[in-house]
This record gives sequence, structure tokens and C-alpha cells, in this order.
Amino acid sequence: MIDADPGADLATLERLTLWALSRYSPVVAMDPPDGIVMDTEGADHLQGGEELMLSGLINRFHGRGLAAHAAIADTWGAAHALARTISRETVIVGRGETDKAVNRLPLSSLRLPAETVASLRTLGFATVGDLAATPRAPLTLRFGPEVGRRLDQMYGRVAEPIDPIRPADLVEVNKSFAEPIGAPETIDKYVSRLVRQLCLELEKRGLGTDLIVHRVDNTIQSLRAGTAKPVRDIAWLTKLFRDRIERIEPGFGIEKLSLAATLAEPLIETQSASLLIEEQVTDVTPLIDVLGNRGGQRIFRVAPVASDVPERSVQRIAPTADEDGATRPLNWPRPPRLLERPEPIEVIALLPDHPPVSFTWRGKRRRVKRADGPERIFGEWWKRSSEWVAVRDYFVVEDDTGERFWIFRSGDGVDAETGSHKWFMHGIFA
Amino acid sequence: MTAAVATSNAVLDELRQKIASLEGGSLRQRSVLPFGVSEIDSQLARGGLAYGALHEVAGGGNGAIDGAAAALFIGGIAARTTGKVVWCLTRFDLFFPALAQVGLHPDRVIFVECDKEDTVLASFEEALRYGGLGAVVAELVRLPMTASRRLQLAAEKSGTLGLVIRRWRRQTEASDFGMPTAAATRWRISVLPSEPLPVPGVGRPRWLAELMRVRAGEGGEFIIGACDGQGRICLSSDTADRQDKTSRSFALS
Repeated sequence: MIDADPGADLATLERLTLWALSRYSPVVAMDPPDGIVMDTEGADHLQGGEELMLSGLINRFHGRGLAAHAAIADTWGAAHALARTISRETVIVGRGETDKAVNRLPLSSLRLPAETVASLRTLGFATVGDLAATPRAPLTLRFGPEVGRRLDQMYGRVAEPIDPIRPADLVEVNKSFAEPIGAPETIDKYVSRLVRQLCLELEKRGLGTDLIVHRVDNTIQSLRAGTAKPVRDIAWLTKLFRDRIERIEPGFGIEKLSLAATLAEPLIETQSASLLIEEQVTDVTPLIDVLGNRGGQRIFRVAPVASDVPERSVQRIAPTADEDGATRPLNWPRPPRLLERPEPIEVIALLPDHPPVSFTWRGKRRRVKRADGPERIFGEWWKRSSEWVAVRDYFVVEDDTGERFWIFRSGDGVDAETGSHKWFMHGIFA
Repeated sequence: MTAAVATSNAVLDELRQKIASLEGGSLRQRSVLPFGVSEIDSQLARGGLAYGALHEVAGGGNGAIDGAAAALFIGGIAARTTGKVVWCLTRFDLFFPALAQVGLHPDRVIFVECDKEDTVLASFEEALRYGGLGAVVAELVRLPMTASRRLQLAAEKSGTLGLVIRRWRRQTEASDFGMPTAAATRWRISVLPSEPLPVPGVGRPRWLAELMRVRAGEGGEFIIGACDGQGRICLSSDTADRQDKTSRSFALS
């Protein structure tokens, strides 16, 4: 038994909130006693979309031995209620589906004082939907405006801005406007001014910046731009934001812009290599950032893996991963195009180790003119026990029109235990 | 006949110089990447594939769909440049060990896998504008005139080698390759039976490289040996047999 310690709980919650701020979104706040609320609009794509962001978030909590529930909804009220009532770990409510999702929730999820909830129950209300369907005036007369306000907040009829938490060492620059602004050119101009200011403030730090847009109608939008490596380059940062200014909806006008570096890291200055010594290779990190902040595309490099199984011989790595110059020398020909999964073909061939005489692939029969092989590839029993005796015999075959293919027979041609002895097309040679 | 050609060449050279001086700055830094095969290089303006220009390559026959030979041909060109290579595509079915075998190191290539064809165009253009890259490659189905002109201008501005692999979903769509684009050269690479070996087996692959369109130069057809470990192609020894075809030239489209 441990006594409750609300003070320590709150301090831990604050630490978690600051962590979420650096990782997920620029607009994050505590939702005491047991929650964190964030505005992930415009920030989820950096985590691979809403679903991946939520499951990643839950997994990180699990990794620390904490149980958590997370919900994404249009409004703070709805997300708050869903996260606390639904038994699943993650819930995502699509745009405009709030009504449907919250109608059946219990009254206790409405963020009302306990005595109000108890008296509402006595009156026969069980769910949020019941309450929402009741005329508002008698409720207000009896319980005050709070019930109506909470309901409106949940259904999104009243804006409920999140007052974001800010750590003490956060570098932030603001620009308030006497007159609300709306034109993209104006936004662009002020964003570049803010970037310049921020870079002056940062001096020797910088990685990951957020642009927060305060609109006159009390809603906040945020844009997040991440960089692959620490940067302090004004032009580069401006460009990252400029690409995405079109996403800002100015509405009735913007009254304040603020730019914050939520995650800053020491920048290591390196001396550029002299042109006399070697050919200078241009740093492509800015390009990776520009492409990576767009969304709708994945950027990666490939690296060889020590595996003979073709599907496993290549892995995707981050574009900025260290270049170790590693290659795997391969003495055997490999096709430039590999089919996503091997396609069965019909073959006339002599067992055990003759190449096929002819084969039929995608409805076309081809006579084999020349062939090379077999190249025997063994299963990797340390990966899956079913591969213990598995064998693939690969052949390079050329048909009479000169088209070259990479085909294999599953099994060694003698022992049925090594494979089904069926033939597959796996790649297309040039 | 030969004399007439010689004089017209002198006149042409003079004109070219005039045009070059008119075109000004962008031309000064522009150079070419030769294939190292004099028969092919002589068909190209200034003796090689121009940097700061767009080059289109498609496969012939089934290659129009799988784009295998086109990818390897372009991989060989990219391997002979210096600097990073950005490769934009929608469907990642490249098997990198094959590209490594033509001399393209995996550390040099950054892949951009896009959800849509439009995103490929946008990323391709962004990478072309960036400058300082060895080559930028895109695998595209459609390349409209407007888009290709934009890309060509982007390449000209930064002096980057832009390479486009055209590949289609169906054979019938490949007729799209006849439509004009702003690319400086247009190639079609078809597979041919490999070089005969004294023993049974598959020899060095051979391709029929058709230079279908080239700006300020004549097209031609060449039988070439596929890229070697350094990305170099060679004229196949068999060419002598098809002399009548290799010397044939095309009317410019």
C-alpha cells in the first residue's frame, strides 16, 4: 500500500507533458489529475499518421511500465471522455463523427463536479446523449451554466483552446499584430522574420521548430518542421516553413504568430574540407528535410544485409544514417527488378539440377535458349525453424527473344523435404 | 557530298558558337558526361550526355513495363557521376544489389518513395533545383510537355543531370513515348540475346540502344554490351554484322 501523493503525481505528469511537447506537438498541456492533452493537427504526419502516432505513444508508455489510453477526436472534451471510458487502448474519431462517438458515454466523462453528476443521475440521466437531448434552460436554472458549457465543449460548439505548457529553457519568439493578417505573402514575410529572430536567439542550438498560429477566433493552428540534423541556417528553416504556409487557414485573420524551438541540440561546427584536397560532396540534408516535411513520401537509403535470401539481403535505413561504405561483394548476377513475391510458373525441366527447357509465366510460354545455374540458397534456420532444411535453386534463363529472368525451384530436386519442387519467377534481368 | 557536309559543319559550328554566346552563363558550367564509346558520343551534341538537361529512357517490348534494362542503363550513367543520387519512384521494386553491380554504391543513393505520380514530379523537380547532386532519377508513367519543360528548366538552372525512366502499366500505353517532351535525349533500351559463350551459359547481356531523339544531333541505333562493374557500356563486337543499321540515322522529330 502506498499513500496517494497528489503533489508528486502532478510533478510526474508535468515531466511527461514536457516530454510529449518535445516529441509530438507544440501545443501540449496538462489535463490534471491524470491526463495530457495535445493538439496534433499538422504534427501527426511526422510520426507517420494518427494511428501510428497513437500506437507508438502507447508503446512508449508500455516500455516505461505505464498503462495509458489515448484518443484522438475533434474536441478536447470528446478526446478526454473517450480516453477515460473506452476499454481499447487507442481510439480515433474521424472528423465530424464526434456526436456519434460521445452520445453513449457516461455522464462522469463530462468533466463536471461529482455532486452535479450524482444529482443528474438521480434525475434519470445516464449518458451524455440523454443530457444533450434535454432542453438547456431548465438544466441551467438548476445546475448553473457549467453543464451547458461542458456539453458545448464536447460537441465542439464552443472553442476550447489549449494553453500550451512551456519549459523554462524553451526558445520562443512571438509577433503580435495590431491588425489581423491573412494574406499568404504577409504570413510568409513575418515567418521569415521570426526565423531570423529565432536563429539569433538560438545562437548555438536548434533542432525541430514549431510555428504556432493564433487566429482571431481563438483557435490555434500549429505547423511543425523537423530537421534531420541540427541547423541554424536561416534560409533553410524559412524554406521549410514556406513550403507549408499554404496549409494555414487564416480564417478571419491571424493576430499572433509564435515560433518555438521545442527540441534543441548542440550544433557541432565542422570545418569544410579544402577544395584542394578532395572533391567536395554536397551535403543533401537540406533537401532531405524539404522532401521529408512534405508528407506523402518516404525517404530512405538501402543498405546490404548479410543474408543470401534475396528478400532479406537489402534493408531500408534512414537517409542520414552513417555512411560506412559497406558493400557485399556478389559474384553472382542479380536482377535489377525483383518481384514483390515470387510468382508460380509452369515449367518443363529435368530433375534434379537441369535448367528448365521451357516455362509459362503470366500466360506466355517461353522457350529457354540459354541458362545458368543452379545457385543454391539455403534457408536461414536461425530466423525460422521451418527453414531448417529449405533450399532454393536459382537459375538465370534467357528465352529466344533475349529476355532474361531469374527463376527458382523450391527444393533441391531430390528430397521432397527441402521444398515443394514448384517453380517460381522471382526477378527480371536487364 | 562529303565536301558539302564539311562546309555545312563549319557553318554550323560558327552558328553554335554564336548561340552559345547568346545563351550565356548557364552554358559555361555545363559540360557533358561521355559514354566513352566514340560511336555513341559522336551522335550526341558536344560528345556526351549533357549535364543540366533531362534525358528520357524507356524499355522496349516488355521492358516498357518492367523497366529493368532502363533502370540498369540509368544506374550505369548515375554510377559514373560524382555526388549523391536521388531516385524518386512510386513503386519500389528495384533490387539494389544489381545496381551495386554496375558500380552505384548504396551510400550514394537516396530513394524517395512517393504515394502518387504527382509527388514524384514535385520531388524530382525539388531535387533537380537543389544542385550539387550527381544525378536525379525519376520513374514516371506520364511526362506531359509542360511538366517536362519545367523539369528541363530546373535542371538547366542547377546543372544537374536529370534522368527519367518511363515505364507503363500496360504495353498499349507505351505508345505515349512518341509524344514530344522537352527532354534533351530520348533512348529506348531493349534486351537482345546475350553474347555467345564457347560453353553453355548466359554471357554478357546485350541491349539495343535506340537514340530516338537528340537535341542538336542525330539519332542512331547501337548494339551495346550491358553496363560493367563501373557502369560503362561498350559497343558489342557483333555490331559489324549490322553495320547497315547502326549507320542509319533518323529524321529529327
